[in-house]
Amino acid sequence: MRASLIILALAIVGCSQQTNQPNANYETLDEVISGYAFLQPETQALQDDEFSNPGYLWVDKGEALFNEPAANGQSCASCHTDEDRSLIGASTHFPKYDERAGTLINIEGRINLCRVTHQSVPKLEYESEHLLALTTYVANLSKGSRVAGELSPKVQSNYDNGQAYFNMRRGQFNLSCAQCHDDNAGKSLRGDTISQGHSNGFPTYRLEWQTLGSLHKRFQYCDIGVRAEPLPGGSQTYIDLEYFLANRGRGLQVETPAVRR
Amino acid sequence: MSSIRISIPETAEAGEVIEIKTLIQHPMESGFGRGARGQVIPRDIIQTFTCDYNGTTVFEAKFFPSTAANPFLTFFTRATKSGALTFTWTDLVGETWVETRNLIVSE
Repeated sequence: MRASLIILALAIVGCSQQTNQPNANYETLDEVISGYAFLQPETQALQDDEFSNPGYLWVDKGEALFNEPAANGQSCASCHTDEDRSLIGASTHFPKYDERAGTLINIEGRINLCRVTHQSVPKLEYESEHLLALTTYVANLSKGSRVAGELSPKVQSNYDNGQAYFNMRRGQFNLSCAQCHDDNAGKSLRGDTISQGHSNGFPTYRLEWQTLGSLHKRFQYCDIGVRAEPLPGGSQTYIDLEYFLANRGRGLQVETPAVRR
Repeated sequence: MSSIRISIPETAEAGEVIEIKTLIQHPMESGFGRGARGQVIPRDIIQTFTCDYNGTTVFEAKFFPSTAANPFLTFFTRATKSGALTFTWTDLVGETWVETRNLIVSE
């Protein structure tokens, strides 16, 4: 009896270690867990409530902008009608290689590309309210779909660059992304629980920011957190990192607009 | 352009207590914060909120610095007659945002 209890106890300990097992390589992450699971119940409730989740302010605004015609009469909705070229599920494939741009682009880049080529209006500035709103609206259309995380040989170098950035120690604290989000996810960092650092909820309403922000803004805050020099939003290295993270978080449900601490 | 969300039932029975929820996008800058270069960020807050039901104020709120951004309110009122509910937010410099919703009350 006693022996079986000990075996049971060991089995339980074994299980809990299994989920917290550090991993240097994303492919061996035992379980891909959304940042949602690391939140307090109150924050989870705020995200789940489609009325009080403040991120929906940007979804609403994005929907209005999506249907607003530019000077040449073209709105996003002129091409992306519900029947034809619907954007439901589209955001799960980003960042992806774009033939016309000849490079890897994210949703923000895709929106700006559409603006220039189809609407004949200038690009929106990164992290501007309008670009955030449109991105949030488009990503929200895929809410509940799973991040596809497709690997394309055309952008292998971008993937490698993103992975290198993730694993590179930097800043005065000499820390890499992987040291927190691979090795120590689930443990406490001062008042917070470290998440696995996935991108499935972005753009995200962050309570600390008191506003909604892009994934690149989150990268900048992480870089500042380890006292490294942040890169500009929309820079190619951040897009590469975004691409690496989409692959690392493959299969997670899109939660945009998520609420985070 | 401020984004506003209002949750209110479309219909109610006479005498029924209805729940109303409102959310408005606003930075609610307290005036105590400082920017990246150390400069004081001027105070920019919504000061008052009123809900008028057929011309009568049924709910009123005052906001002060340190209210979180994008203020969210939940309140209740008793449905009496069909009519319009008008929601008004006014900020520090007098700018207002007004939204109206119709409520149908069955006797």
